Formats: sequence, structure tokens, C-alpha cells
Amino acid sequence: MSKWIEVVELNKIPVLGSRLIKTRDQSIAVFRGSNDQVFAIRDACPHKGGPLSQGIMHGTTVTCPLHNWKIDLTSGNALAPDEGCSNVFAVKVEDGKVFLQLPLTPHPPLPQGERGRKKKIYFSPSPLEGEGLG
Amino acid sequence: MLKENLVLIGNGMAGVRTLEELLKLAPDHYNITVFGEEPYGNYNRIMLSPVLASEKTIEQIMLNDDAWYAANGITLHKGKKVEEINRARREVIATDGTVAHYDRLIIATGSVPFMLPLPGADKEGVIGFRDIKDVDTMLEVARKHQHAVVIGGGLLGLEAANGLMKQGMDVTVVHLLDTLMERQLDKPAAQMLQKSLEARGMTFLMEHSTAEIIGNQRVIGVRFKNGTEIPADLVVMAVGIKPNIELGKAAGLHCERGIVVNDTLQTITDPKIYAIGECVQHRGIAYGLVAPLFEQAKVAANHLAQHGIARYEGTVTSTKLKVTGIELFSAGDFIGNDKTEEIVFKDAASGTYKKIVLQDNQIKGAVLYGDTVDGSWYFQLMKDGTDISAFRDTLLFGQAHLGDSGHNPDTRVASLPDSAEICGCNGVCKGDIVKAITEKKLFTLDEVRAHTKASASCGSCTGLVESLLAHTVGGDYSATPKTKPLCKCTDYTHDDIRHGIIQYSLKTMPAVREHFEWKTPDGCPACRNALNYYLLCAFPTEYVDDAQSRYINERAHGNIQKDGTYSVVPRLFGGMCTADQLRAIADVADKYQVPTMKVTGGQRIDMFGIQKEQLPAMWKDLTDAGFVSGHAYGKAMRTVKTCVGSEWCRFGTQDSTGLGVKLEELTWGSWMPHKFKLAVSGCPRNCAEATIKDFGVVCVDSGYELHIGGNGGIKVRVTDLLTKVETEEQVLEYCGAFCQFYREDAHYLERTAPWVERVGLDKIKKALEDAAGRKALYERFLISQQPAQIDPWKARAEGAEALEFTPITVDA
Repeated sequence: MSKWIEVVELNKIPVLGSRLIKTRDQSIAVFRGSNDQVFAIRDACPHKGGPLSQGIMHGTTVTCPLHNWKIDLTSGNALAPDEGCSNVFAVKVEDGKVFLQLPLTPHPPLPQGERGRKKKIYFSPSPLEGEGLG
Repeated sequence: MLKENLVLIGNGMAGVRTLEELLKLAPDHYNITVFGEEPYGNYNRIMLSPVLASEKTIEQIMLNDDAWYAANGITLHKGKKVEEINRARREVIATDGTVAHYDRLIIATGSVPFMLPLPGADKEGVIGFRDIKDVDTMLEVARKHQHAVVIGGGLLGLEAANGLMKQGMDVTVVHLLDTLMERQLDKPAAQMLQKSLEARGMTFLMEHSTAEIIGNQRVIGVRFKNGTEIPADLVVMAVGIKPNIELGKAAGLHCERGIVVNDTLQTITDPKIYAIGECVQHRGIAYGLVAPLFEQAKVAANHLAQHGIARYEGTVTSTKLKVTGIELFSAGDFIGNDKTEEIVFKDAASGTYKKIVLQDNQIKGAVLYGDTVDGSWYFQLMKDGTDISAFRDTLLFGQAHLGDSGHNPDTRVASLPDSAEICGCNGVCKGDIVKAITEKKLFTLDEVRAHTKASASCGSCTGLVESLLAHTVGGDYSATPKTKPLCKCTDYTHDDIRHGIIQYSLKTMPAVREHFEWKTPDGCPACRNALNYYLLCAFPTEYVDDAQSRYINERAHGNIQKDGTYSVVPRLFGGMCTADQLRAIADVADKYQVPTMKVTGGQRIDMFGIQKEQLPAMWKDLTDAGFVSGHAYGKAMRTVKTCVGSEWCRFGTQDSTGLGVKLEELTWGSWMPHKFKLAVSGCPRNCAEATIKDFGVVCVDSGYELHIGGNGGIKVRVTDLLTKVETEEQVLEYCGAFCQFYREDAHYLERTAPWVERVGLDKIKKALEDAAGRKALYERFLISQQPAQIDPWKARAEGAEALEFTPITVDA
């Protein structure tokens, strides 16, 4: 189960920059491309967990601020030769507002130990009209 | 759209290469079916010689395994020989009854060894040299028997003979003529080759014509027309190949020596049928080398993909012999005629021979023996029809002698133009290889082969590719930065772009990218940061800094740490502080529960573990106490380190702390190509370590020594003495002028130490010795400092760039 949640106005994200979204149990970086395309990715580099929201965006890629890994924002995959993947989330823009599709998490959040074992949720790579694939 | 059916007959190098090229262009256009007579995937037939010589294994020469066919959705019928092509029904029928329907058909049946029709040629132990089966036979015979006879002293015969010799056999090469490899070598080169092979133990019977193969069921010897006989347990016939046209002929396709095709490799009889490779005759020529086949494959694939823009117009070929330790190259018309001239170098003792055939100052052909490094250069000049009159004197000594470069192969490779073909088999130029190495960060020969196919076929250019690799990878350290493009988004250098920004008054990043035809729409982290700096440096009062083109440390005005928190370093001018300042820092540390504090190498206090959203509040408290940003995070002026000087020190000659404070007040906030550190030592004991700083002042009794270009980092470099001055005012002017010259001249991310070594101390001295020039630099520095000294911490504490520091909280 998931739902669309309004998170920020598009013009409150710098072009080729990002905003950090903090949900109850995770941090998500929302990026805005030069053509106003929007991407959302878990704010952790698959390498050493670097905050991707602090990286430099170019094209549809972000370079991690810690060790310069390049992460494809459409798929979450690290660009070769590096290997790894960070979750991406479906996002859409409607009336200048950015919506993020988030899994419905029970209240209160799961205790720490169980959260780590939760099944990973992957989303369609299309950043604007993606539906969760479960 | 329904997919068309494409059938390939012949699972060899030419046919499968056509499929590879086709899949690149139109991966979904066809259902592809392949028939191969041999029970293997596609392997590199030209590498059979090294396999025979035990230098390679069969696995190493496989080009496409079963998985490749499966991954590309290709149906592969291995070990099935096609018996008939029914053009009326558009069907291909194999001997086992397998039928495949085609919309388009490629015939790539290759060639067969020409077997001399001698009496006894059908005996066991008489074979050609064509496929894995032949190699297996040879290896097996070599284990049990001693005597091998190779009939034919051409390229293939000599490679077979060399391999058999490596397997321990006594090998005799029988040749009809008096010179070996007469199609590729002239007489002197052939003689040197023969001598060298004889020295390795090969026996030659020149001008011998074979009359009969003797034996019962199995061969036991060879008899010649002059009546002599020699023993033989194995006879390899390598007198030539003939195009394998049986199938095409039976299908009614027009054949002469080969299946006749047009410039798009379609048979002239049936345009639905393509023919490619050694079975083909194009413009009267049937090729037996791999380079033309690959060119044909590209054209045929282009046509099959319905792009229809490529035409095959024939290939100029060159040859190398794949016998380890023997360097041999030939191309074009190397014999010449009465209209040509030749330049020859021969040193029999050292085993070097070079001959270049010229006509009207253009290279028509070349033979090289012993030293073949320049083969590809001559070949390029020949194909380009370059007029060589300007360097005819030194032509024979090779490309390295054109300029002032040295003599090792690395520099020769370096001096080749990007268009120079390195791998003749696959048509890969130097530029392609270098691009792949740099873009894909390749470090090994195998990676280069995988990405570019260079040296992946016959392997004779392996040496060149290796030196290219060594040169390109090693070039990170040794190549002059002048020739390096700024980044992969552009071919222009730092200097090109800096000059262009001024010359054409390019005042925004998009303007620069448009003017220099950037290859990427928004650049990359490398060029965005560089351009942002260059523009800021060129137009300090006009340019609007682009926060998104700054590394996070400069955007957040703190140093990001490995856990994503930041560190905060308030500025202590000259490293001087008061009790009140220390107390204020301590209060801030308490208030924000700073977990770790440290005194830095630059005489500052560092507070670690600060959350990003805390930064503006913390900065407010610090600026309220009178601090400004320490810029410990930036490609910027960092710190002025001082020792205590004449105010207290019994050795001090000048007021080093006072001067340090003045220097820091002058320079703080300045954005630089890289970090920039200063120091002032009160006497030559140099307690502030001024001689490993970017700008160091060593006070002496009579004034101030100014030192530049030092570095205490990865590679320690001691400063060069710039000059000696008498007053503090002069120190300040020199310092500002030096900063500005560095800011305007160095490449982004180039520290002063490598910059001084690159441009030379003289250039810097000249720029600063000239009083008017120095003053102008100093004034430009002061102008750029006006906006730079608006404290970024104070601005952000007051609300600037608030979004950067404000996370969005979502209740989900």
C-alpha cells in the first residue's frame, strides 16, 4: 500500500539542486533537473551512506559528496564501474507542487530492529508517472 | 510490426561481426538464425596460430559463446552444414533436414584451404590449416611424431610451421619460389626473415616443387620433382585459400573467383542475399585478411538495418606476421616500378630493414622488418596520400624524429594523431582507444579489448595498445595539463576557456557552454565548479554565484564529515585570539553540544559533529561574538599561520603576528583555484613553517623575504623565493598581486606548487616585478575582495539561502 503525499512546492527546490525530506523513518532527497524533471531517492549513497541530497546534480545523475560515486536518479543505480543501488521513489508534479509516493507505514513506526528487515520496495524508474511495483 | 527473418550461413568472424554491428543499429529488427558447420561458437580464426604455438588456448580465442547467442535471441544451429538455398521459397536447408525461412540471407561461408591435387594428397596426415579441427590434428600428431612438412612459405604456412616447431617437431617448409612471403615481402626482407627462422631451427627447401605424397594409408614422406625425398609424419598444405562458393554457385548466384557482390555487399544476382567475407569477390578482389571483412560487416549491417548510407569501396590492406619475436610489417605496393622511388635502410647485423616506396612524394607501399613501430604511421600516410616532401629526409627514422620527442615507444604512440589507426583488424583509431580509456577508466589490456575491440583480433597491435594504455593512464601524472581538456564535457582546455570567457565576455555558465559547444546540457561536477570559479574571478562584481555549481562544503560553508554532519571553524586572524573569543567559542560548543573539538594545523579551533540545520543558528551566535567564517571548507584563502615574532620572541625580527593579521584581513574570503595558505615567520628559524605555504613571509632584520609555491601536503614542496621587500605595505601589495595572478592564471583545482612548476617561476616573477603590472593585479584583487568579504556565515545567519539549511518534515 502506498499513498501520494505533497511534500514541497517545485519552486522551493533549486534547479539542479535538492531538498531533503524527512519522513518518520527515513530521509529522502528530492532533486529538480534543469527541465524541472523531479526525482526522489533515499538520501544514502549505496557506497558508504553519504547524503546524496548534498551532492552535485548533473543531467539525471547525482555525485555523492563523500567519495564521488555517481548515482543515476532514475534507477537509483550507481554508474559503472561502481556497483550498488539506492531506492528511488515515485514523484510527480501537479500545479507546481511536488508529490511523493510513500509506502503506508503503520503508526507508530516499527521498532528499529524490525525495520531493517523490511522487504525492499522498488518503484518504476519513470520519475513522473511511476506506480509502485510492490 | 512483424519481425523479418534473417538467416546467416557461416558462424565465423565475418558473419557474426555483421550480426554484432546489426544488433548495435537495429536490435529488434530481425529474428536471427545462424548455421555453423563447426561445432563451436564463433572464434577468432586468426588466433589459431598462437593456439598452435601454445601461446593461447581455445577458450581465449572464443569471441561469442552460446550465452551471447541466447542473450541476443539468436537461434544457433551448431555443427549443421547448409546443403541448399532455395531462392524461390526463400529457404535454407541443412543436411540434417533443418529448414529456415528467410527474408534476408547472409552468406559468409569463408574460404577453404587450397589443396594441391597431388598423388597421395588424400592420405591420412595431410591437412590444411583452417579451423580448430586442423589445429587439434596437428597437436595430436606432434605428440606422437617428429617430422612435419609445410608446403607453402606464405603467411599461413610460416605461422603453421612456427607453431609445429614450438610443439617440438622438426619442420621443413617447402616453397615453390626463392623468397618467402612473396606477396608481402621483397627479397631483402624475405631473406632476413628466412635467416631468423632458420636460426630458430626451421628448415627451408626453396624452389622445390612437390611431386607426390608418399605412404600407405598414412603419409610417410614427400617426394619432389627433382627426385629427392624427405620423411614426413604430417603434411600441412598452406599454399593458399580459395573462396568457398559452392553453396552460392548451386543457388545460381553469379560467381567468379568468389560470390560477386556490389558496394552494399548484396549479391548481384539476388538483392535479398548478402555475401560477406572471404567467400566474396568485390570489385574483382577476394580478400583473405580480417580487416576488409570487418569493414564489409559494417556496411552490410548498415544496409540490413535499413540505414542505407554506407558503401564498401574496397580496403587497402597491411600485413603483420604473428610469429612471436619476429616483427614484420608490409603494406601497399612494396616492390615498386619504374615510376617509383624507394628509400631503404638495411642493417643485417641488427636485423633491421625498412623500405618505403614513393611516387610523387606519396607513400605507395612499405616493408618493415625488425622495427615495425612506425608501420601504422606509414600506413596512415599511405592511406591519406600525405605529401611527405617536408620530412622526406627523416621519413625512414620514423615519426618520433619529426619532433623533439624521445625514442621510446610510448612517446611515439603519444605523437600519433588521433586519427591514426592502431588496430587494423577492427578499424580502431588512437582517438577511440584514448577516449575509451579515459571515459571508461580502463586500466588493463583486456578492458581496452572489451570496450574497443582494439588488438582483440590478430593481436599484432597489442604492443601499441599497451603503450597507448600506459601513456594514457600514466598521463594523469606526466602529461602537460595544457593539452588536457577541462573535463569530458568539452574538448577545450582550461586555458582555452579562461581566455574565451574574457575575450568574448561570456558572463554566464550557459553562455560559456554554448560558445564552446559543450557536450552535456548542464555540465558535470568538474566543469560546473571550474566555470563558476572562472566566471567569479573574471567578473567579480557582476557574476551571480551559482550555489548548485559548488561542492557541498562551499554551499553549506562547512566541512562535510563522513556521517553527513559538518565541522565549523571560526576565523582567528593570524591565529591570534583573546580570552573573550575563546570563551565565546566554548559557549557555542556547550550550547550546541559539540562532541569533538580540535586545534587545527592552521592555528584555528575546529568544532565537529554539527547537524546541517543547526549551522545558521550556530553561526549567528558566532557572528554575534565577532567571528567571521574561517573558510576552512573552501577552495579559498584559508589561514595565515604565524609565530609570535618581535613582540615577545627574543629572536623575533619583525612583528610577525601583526603582519599576519594584516595579511589575513587583506585576503580572507577570497575564492581561489584551490585552497591557499599563508604563514608569517618572525625570523629565519621559521617556526610558522612559511616555506611550505602558498605564500610565506620570513621576516629578517632588514625586511621581509617573500616565498611562493610551497606545499606541505601529498607532495611536499619547498617554496621559491619571489623577492625581498622592506616594508609591510610592500608585503601586502605583493601578496595581493600574487594572489590575483594565481587566481587569474592557474587552472581550477591546481595548487600553487604544481602551478609554479607548470608555468615556471620566471613568468610569475616577471608579472610581479613590473611595478605597474603588480599594482594593477593588486587593485583587481581589492575589487574582487569587496563582495568576497561579505561574511557568508552572517548572511546565512540572517536568512540567506535558508532553503539549503531547512529540511522538510513529512508526517508519513
